[in-house]
Amino acid sequence: MGHRILALIIKEFLALFRDKKSRMAVIVPPIFQLLVFGYAATFDLEHAALAILNEDTGGFSRDLAGRFERSSGFEVVGYLRSEAEIAPLIDRGGALLALHIGPQCSSDAARGESCNIQVLIDGRNSNTAMLALNYVRSIVSDFNEERAELNGVKLPARLNMRAWFNPNLESRWFIVPGIIALLAMIVTLVVTALSVAREREAGTFDQLLVTPLRPWEILIGKAMPGLLVGVGEASLIIAVAVFWFKIPLVGQLSVLYPALIIYVLSIIGVGLMISSFSATLQQALLGAFLFIVPAVILSGFSTPIANMPAFMQALTYLDPMRYFLTIVRRVFLEGAGIEYFWHDLWPMSIIAAVTLAMATWLFRHRMY
Amino acid sequence: MKPGRLLRVKGMIRKEWLQVIRDPSSIAIAFFLPMLLLLIFGYGVSLDAKNVRIALVVEQADSQSLSFAGGFYQTSYFAPLALNSIQEAETALRQSKVDGIVWLRHNFGRDYLRKDSPPIGVIVNGVDANTARLIEGYVQGIWFGWLEQQAERAGKKLQSPVQLEQRIWYNPEVRSTDFLVPGVLAVIMTLIGALLTALVIAREWERGTMEALLVTRISVVEILLGKLIPYFILGMGGLALSLAMAHSLFHVPLRGSLWLLLATSALFLWVALGMGFFISTIFKSQFVAALVAMVSTFLPAFILSGFIFDIQSMPPIIQGLTHLIAARYYVSILQTLFLVGDVWSVVLPNAAALVGMGLFFHGMVYRKTRKNLE
Repeated sequence: MGHRILALIIKEFLALFRDKKSRMAVIVPPIFQLLVFGYAATFDLEHAALAILNEDTGGFSRDLAGRFERSSGFEVVGYLRSEAEIAPLIDRGGALLALHIGPQCSSDAARGESCNIQVLIDGRNSNTAMLALNYVRSIVSDFNEERAELNGVKLPARLNMRAWFNPNLESRWFIVPGIIALLAMIVTLVVTALSVAREREAGTFDQLLVTPLRPWEILIGKAMPGLLVGVGEASLIIAVAVFWFKIPLVGQLSVLYPALIIYVLSIIGVGLMISSFSATLQQALLGAFLFIVPAVILSGFSTPIANMPAFMQALTYLDPMRYFLTIVRRVFLEGAGIEYFWHDLWPMSIIAAVTLAMATWLFRHRMY
Repeated sequence: MKPGRLLRVKGMIRKEWLQVIRDPSSIAIAFFLPMLLLLIFGYGVSLDAKNVRIALVVEQADSQSLSFAGGFYQTSYFAPLALNSIQEAETALRQSKVDGIVWLRHNFGRDYLRKDSPPIGVIVNGVDANTARLIEGYVQGIWFGWLEQQAERAGKKLQSPVQLEQRIWYNPEVRSTDFLVPGVLAVIMTLIGALLTALVIAREWERGTMEALLVTRISVVEILLGKLIPYFILGMGGLALSLAMAHSLFHVPLRGSLWLLLATSALFLWVALGMGFFISTIFKSQFVAALVAMVSTFLPAFILSGFIFDIQSMPPIIQGLTHLIAARYYVSILQTLFLVGDVWSVVLPNAAALVGMGLFFHGMVYRKTRKNLE
């Protein structure tokens, strides 16, 4: 019996890796994507294009504008001469925001009154707009505090803000561990979802069914390439995340790997189910997308689950990626041990068990 | 026009159309997929943090502490959880039961009255850096509002040297839906276009029917046209459905003109279908074409198009790379057409880039589908 399964496993590996194009399609894109997405997927605002319209000539406003010029968050793309220049510039995307200092600024400040400044932000990307606004606010409030101190005035109370686990709030630390979950899912699903459908279309699956192999043996044979490729690829990505992107791995790999294996198994189950449902490769491809896209969105990879409406949040409990994503981020950044993510581990294990069992059953009881 | 061309193209269209209708998966791709995706993206993707779970630790219930803490109950941004000690709050943060802590020490009120400028401790969970930053912004807002209120109560005006007035154009309420839904349309159209056509030509090669087609009088252009037109019609159907849903369900304003939206969308669909044909023609095997379609369509359109991650924030090399992603141009057009209006200085260069990419894909397909056999 053991050698039967072994023979099937070898055959599955050959089917996947013998063809050079197919080998390349499985191995190369994930690594390339990790590098590209690791750099591309950021919510940090740097060098936001800023235009300055300073109608005032005094030292006060020059000092204020200098704060913006020196800030790494902004890059001054132009100095404007009139208010009429602002709208066309922002409309065509030439600047993300414009800072407008009125002609009375320095004289108002000298009289002890407030200098009113205006900031106009392109809201097309609302998140970027909010980040830019927060930067502007913090520059202005730092400036205010310093000026007030010069005059011997102290604020009645001050804020003392700290961030745990990611002190500089780098969004890359959040996104790159997420990419581990994302790419492990896609690679595993690609390998498994197409494997049965391909044999169906070629007619060789029926031959497999009449061999002495039992459905669960077929399951093991079909699952092994997915498991090895999925876990192997994920390990590679973890290494790149740690050594290339320098994401702190605070927790233990020994608690991460069991979770990773369960995660990959649950994806294999989904992939083989999709594969058993489909009669053609076209249908398997559609099925894979019908799973991948919602799974990525509902996992909280790019936007937090907490922001979703309640019924969507309920749907996320069906998504294996949701659980692993939380686990991998918390192990990486918080150093969470198994006692902190047990409640994410067991639902994922149930999903894995159910999908694998369904896939085995579907091998014999197919739709077509 | 060569004699009989119309007839041959018509015949080809009819054959493709029958194939489309007989395999329910194409119809599903064109109509079911966009509906599902739009619902999931539209409701699921939001960057507006609301009801942030925050632990409030007020060690001494004096009037200053209570009035500051009260601010957190009056906004929909926070769902505060009152805890008794900072240890309890830190444990809750470690267990992910709260996303942040606001801590007023027992001497806060006393130091406030003494004008000692007491600190307000704020700890946020930085794992999700973007949300953490938004939370910090909200806390700052509450803090500033409270300072103003206290000054007013004392009969003074909070006199800060610089007063900031902010205006966010095109999206004054800063609803993330308004910028995400147009981007979602681009991701959906990329998927539909590529999925519809990625296997179409590979299938003919694999089944040997391409050779059968090549020995007929039909020319390559006629084959390609015959394949393009049915999927184009299907894709436009899906597109119309998505646009209608974006407008009626998510109330995204359309400030530009509808005809320009339809025209640029048709242009993008042509490019996306071309990309699918291109994958199909280059790889000639359905299995490999499917692999390539999976890894080269969804994720690049999702991450590199500027739909959610701002292209301006990416390193220069990656910014250069985004120019290879057709969805990037379409996202830019859509966000402008929906939120700003017909800004030709945005629409024209992006549309030109799309035309260029479309010509490249369709041209390559034409070149690679010579009427010769290997």
